[in-house]
Amino acid sequence: MEYLRQSLSLSAEDWTAIWLTLRLCLYTTLILMIIATPIAWWLASGRSASRTAVQAVVALPLVLPPTVLGFYLLITLGPRGFIGGTLEDMGFHHLAFTFEGILIGSVLYSMPFAVQPLQEAFANLGRRPIEVAASLGAGLIDRFISVILPMTKSGFIVAMTLTFAHTMGEFGVILMVGGNIPGVTHVLSTTIYGYTEGMQYAAAGRLSLMLLIFAFIVLFVVYWFNRGFEMVKP
Amino acid sequence: MTLSVRARIAHPNFIFDVDVDWPAEGVTVLFGRSGSGKTTLLRLIAGLERPSGARVSFRNEIWLNGRCWVPLYRRRIAMVFQEASLLPHLSVRENLLYGYKRTPIAERKLHLDEVVRMLAIENLIERNVNQLSGGERQRVALGRALLTSPRLLLMDEPLSALDTQTKRDILPYFERLAMEADVPIVYVTHAPAEVERLADRVVFLRDGHIDRVETIKHALSRSDSPLFNDEGVVSVIEGQLGLKKEHGLTLFHVGEDCFWLSNPIYSDGVGRSQRLRILAKDVGIVLTKPENTSLLNILPVTIQYIEHAREGHVLLGLRLSGGQNLFAEITAWSCGRLQLHNGVNVYAMIKTAALAE
Repeated sequence: MEYLRQSLSLSAEDWTAIWLTLRLCLYTTLILMIIATPIAWWLASGRSASRTAVQAVVALPLVLPPTVLGFYLLITLGPRGFIGGTLEDMGFHHLAFTFEGILIGSVLYSMPFAVQPLQEAFANLGRRPIEVAASLGAGLIDRFISVILPMTKSGFIVAMTLTFAHTMGEFGVILMVGGNIPGVTHVLSTTIYGYTEGMQYAAAGRLSLMLLIFAFIVLFVVYWFNRGFEMVKP
Repeated sequence: MTLSVRARIAHPNFIFDVDVDWPAEGVTVLFGRSGSGKTTLLRLIAGLERPSGARVSFRNEIWLNGRCWVPLYRRRIAMVFQEASLLPHLSVRENLLYGYKRTPIAERKLHLDEVVRMLAIENLIERNVNQLSGGERQRVALGRALLTSPRLLLMDEPLSALDTQTKRDILPYFERLAMEADVPIVYVTHAPAEVERLADRVVFLRDGHIDRVETIKHALSRSDSPLFNDEGVVSVIEGQLGLKKEHGLTLFHVGEDCFWLSNPIYSDGVGRSQRLRILAKDVGIVLTKPENTSLLNILPVTIQYIEHAREGHVLLGLRLSGGQNLFAEITAWSCGRLQLHNGVNVYAMIKTAALAE
């Protein structure tokens, strides 16, 4: 009981980390829904060498150590990198050790968790409902809103939840690209790392427990909708 | 005023190469075995396939020609697919209105009430899509297609997924549609019975090529027609449905001749034009009219020609007094014994005559 009471007493630093983490997860999810939907649609609409190549690239974060992705990002986004350097030349700041930097890292790192469920949902949907809608006079955007979205709703819910949760669990990429700057790149996972390094086990335990419970809830929701998904299929 | 398609699609083991046109009116059936390219041709017309170098035009509009391209949703075509293709996340009513709502108000010729009545789906309209049977789904799909007031109606084997009884129940609706709705129909099938019942003209396809385009009358008058591959030669005779008499038989008028139908009649309406379907092997020949016989239909005919049929048989081309053709398949032995030859007047005894269904 005492442990539980302690668990709820979070420091101001903790709250900053939670708020930052939530912002990062939210932005990542929104950006990925916009990027992943067309990619998943294209991947689901046939088989070709270029599709297989893109599919492999999208899945890379699943097998690479986060440090590898983080390393390349740091090099590209930093002041001497291709993107960071160009930004500096244009009078902007480079992206290493910034919120934008870790956001780009998160988007790339969580890409497979957004693309794969959508791709499966689109593949299950098939071409027929879209052809039917087109024959009934629905244009491209109309078809997306009136047929594709409602028929693949569960796929979108799964993709969004997984992306959100996976971004929350991110550590290596953020540490590499963002360092550990409070209020800027200091998210929950790196905060826990910081506490543990400083032997503040109680503080690390509080946040760890929070993440554990959150992760469980997310997975529960995902599997719940996945089950529903099977039942909805015509 | 034609529908014309020119296209070449080369797959490793299938070459589709057509250059064809036909009048954009009435019911045109695309007939052929599976893999003959019927569905590919239909999808080309719909704009669901877009091979390079192809050309598709409808009346005086070009739908596809090089860079010029009208997408399906702007062609104002309606489609009925082979399997139930109702949108599962919408109710029956929402499905019916999906295309109606997207049709410009000025173009709407048919409205919900009429279509619902025409297809007898009044009691289905508030239901959920997955509570419908196969036949009901196809009727709703047909209704949904009609409600877009299409300029062209494409049907891809709409009955093939249904059982025989359901087919028989639903065909009258298609037939009525073909007669009443003033819209050209392109209908894909491999079932000769559907062709005989619905078609005005037939496009025969074989191995990705057009074999020939014929009027139904023409297609049914030659004994080597691909329509006869399954059941042998069939005569299709046009006439008007007459009164049902108290002994359970229904009259069917063909010119001055009169047929008695013993099968239950699914179609309503006296005086309606119908097609009668008679298998050549169900027709026999007598030289003089028999008096005491159980057979109902014995009609005077003239022998037009005699040709060889399957082993030991000959096919007689007969002409009814009204000028329509009737085929009879008899044994070569009987033909010799009765000394039949061209121009002889004899009687055809018809064992069964049924409405085409």
